[in-house]
Amino acid sequence: MNHSDIVFACRDLHVSVQDKDETKELVKGVDLTVRKGEKHALMGPNGSGKSTLAAALMGHPSYEVSGEIWLAGERIDELEPHERARKGMFMSFQYPVAVPGVSVANFLRAALAARRGVEIPVREFRKEMDAAFAELDMDRSFISRYLNDGFSGGEKKRLEILQMRMLNPVFSLLDETDSGLDIDALKVVSAGINLASGPENGLLMVTHYQRILDYVKPDIVHVFMEGQIVRTGGSELPRELETKGYEWLLESSAVGTGDAS
Amino acid sequence: MSASQKIAGINEDYTEKYGFHDPEDYFLKAPKGINHEVVEMISRKKNEPEWMREMRHQALDIFFEKPMPTWGNSELLAEIDFDNIHYYIKPMGEQARDWDDVPENIKKTFDRLGIPEAEQKFLGGVTAQYESEVVYHSIREDLEKLGVLFMDMDSGLREHPEIVRKFFAKIIPTRDNKFSALNTAAWSGGSFIYVPKGVKVDIPLQAYFRINAENMGQFERTLIIADEGSSIHYIEGCTAPTYSSDSLHSAVVELVALKGAHIRYTTIQNWSTNVFNLVTKRAHAHEDAVVEWVDGNIGSKLTMKYPAIVLKGERAHGEVLSIAFAGHGQHQDAGAKMIHAAANTTSRIVSKSISKDDGRSSYRGLVKVVRGAHGCKTNVECDALLIGQHARSDTYPTMDVAEDDVRVEHEARVSKVAEEQLFYLQSRGLDQDKARMMIVNGFIEPFVKELPMEYAVELNRLIELEMEGSVG
Repeated sequence: MNHSDIVFACRDLHVSVQDKDETKELVKGVDLTVRKGEKHALMGPNGSGKSTLAAALMGHPSYEVSGEIWLAGERIDELEPHERARKGMFMSFQYPVAVPGVSVANFLRAALAARRGVEIPVREFRKEMDAAFAELDMDRSFISRYLNDGFSGGEKKRLEILQMRMLNPVFSLLDETDSGLDIDALKVVSAGINLASGPENGLLMVTHYQRILDYVKPDIVHVFMEGQIVRTGGSELPRELETKGYEWLLESSAVGTGDAS
Repeated sequence: MSASQKIAGINEDYTEKYGFHDPEDYFLKAPKGINHEVVEMISRKKNEPEWMREMRHQALDIFFEKPMPTWGNSELLAEIDFDNIHYYIKPMGEQARDWDDVPENIKKTFDRLGIPEAEQKFLGGVTAQYESEVVYHSIREDLEKLGVLFMDMDSGLREHPEIVRKFFAKIIPTRDNKFSALNTAAWSGGSFIYVPKGVKVDIPLQAYFRINAENMGQFERTLIIADEGSSIHYIEGCTAPTYSSDSLHSAVVELVALKGAHIRYTTIQNWSTNVFNLVTKRAHAHEDAVVEWVDGNIGSKLTMKYPAIVLKGERAHGEVLSIAFAGHGQHQDAGAKMIHAAANTTSRIVSKSISKDDGRSSYRGLVKVVRGAHGCKTNVECDALLIGQHARSDTYPTMDVAEDDVRVEHEARVSKVAEEQLFYLQSRGLDQDKARMMIVNGFIEPFVKELPMEYAVELNRLIELEMEGSVG
């Protein structure tokens, strides 16, 4: 693949998980192409496998993955999660985990050093961190708190987007970033996402609701159901889903459910 | 290969850093085994008063008669071969007050362990024990002028027999358990500290215990008395060479914090994994006194140690903050005992353990509130972290509360280094080893932040070695 404006792509991606003696296929052949400056949304009902897809793309060890994953012209599907991250892939978690005893500042400094491949001098790091905290309207007292430990849902999401901003990824996956946010927090987080996604990088928002899409306008919207993309359209699609729901897409979809072979 | 298999064993560089040994060139080495002759010899050589000589002999009989503890790890305890241990080794003639007077190879050993350097940088006094005797001792002049007594226990008995006799074996009676009896029979070395009324010693005093010989038994005896309104921070560290056969370390430590006094006793135990570490530690906290045991157990084959505080006076406060690290072949059976024997006393126990490979750690704790001890508060927190499929952790908490108006909180948690935590950190660019190290360092942070900086750095370094894939 040598289209230089493609920041992220996957080809014929299948994801399965071992459940006792049974292998369950959760993602059943997905093709996606995200170009520089594009914002994509992947929408779908609960339980459709959206979060599985996101975690598998980031390299979660629980999943068996086949197909190709490309990041900025390089195949990454054999790489460990930390190698994908260092090459510029980022995932904002739906439920960021707490790491007690590890301060936000220490964590951010380690993550930044890993992404850039060099240690960042303390003063320079402080400056960058302070700027990011101001942008996300977060109190500086967070820097000495333990990572996500005792954070509210909204605080966790702000910190996710703050990391996205600081790590300057080539391609970002946002998994249900709007869940658990009140309207004020949603506005702040959305502003952060818009700041962090420039003309050089790409974005894929995985979401159940169209709410966040009012603030971060997608260029391309995919509907993901039962392990497949069943419809791809423009920014008008979320509105349609909002009024009509998801079910009609299955009936009208040429792709079908995947089980109907 | 799974991630946990990639992690190196505990103290990967132990052999190089601590596990070396010097040639044995000793002033006096008792033959193996314990009997009344050996006890008599120890007492005679030390020129002790009659009451101590008698106490030793009685203690030996109690040791013979007492059964092995039935808790902890009976299987490992049964491996101790009491006849294959040297109970007394005197490495040199006279104790030195100057490092230059310490025999070359012993001095080199302590140099390698960084003791003289630490002494200059941040300690108020040092005793360095090698086998059975303290070979070097110092105390800062200003502390000496304030009347602070800090010396090895043998000198304490010689120079301050009235204080020693008043407290020795009064906090921990000889019969307390088999190993307190053995210590009382065979004790040698350890620290004696007395802090006069109102004197605040704001710089730590340290003792370092080193075993060098194979099949060594080290039985140091420590007594610390903090007089009314005084304060003291005492730190001990210990290491030994790695041998294929076992050594035994069995200390008795007694603390007395008189009215309004404050004692903090910090231990970083890093014995080699052929050392049985069976230690009895107990403190009396009088009215308004505070006693804190900060207890780190990283090394040894089997540790059985439950630092205790008897809160004897009203409003006394006791804390036990401990961390245990059990790697391959190790069992850390540690915990705390808190006896609320007076009204309005408060206590806190925080116990953290990390078990990896087939390592095993146990928390064994007792909180007791006696009848009449109204208005007490106690809080117990146990946190266990398991790394790998075969690691084991057990919790044996006992609460014995005889009053109603008491606030008792107990929390116990066991967690695995969660895949989700690892994945989260990895998704931020940290490789698996780094991520795991960060999680473990975070886990022990509440303990580490209580240590003086230099020790915190050393402990973090030890843990990092533990977590790293390999060490050059």
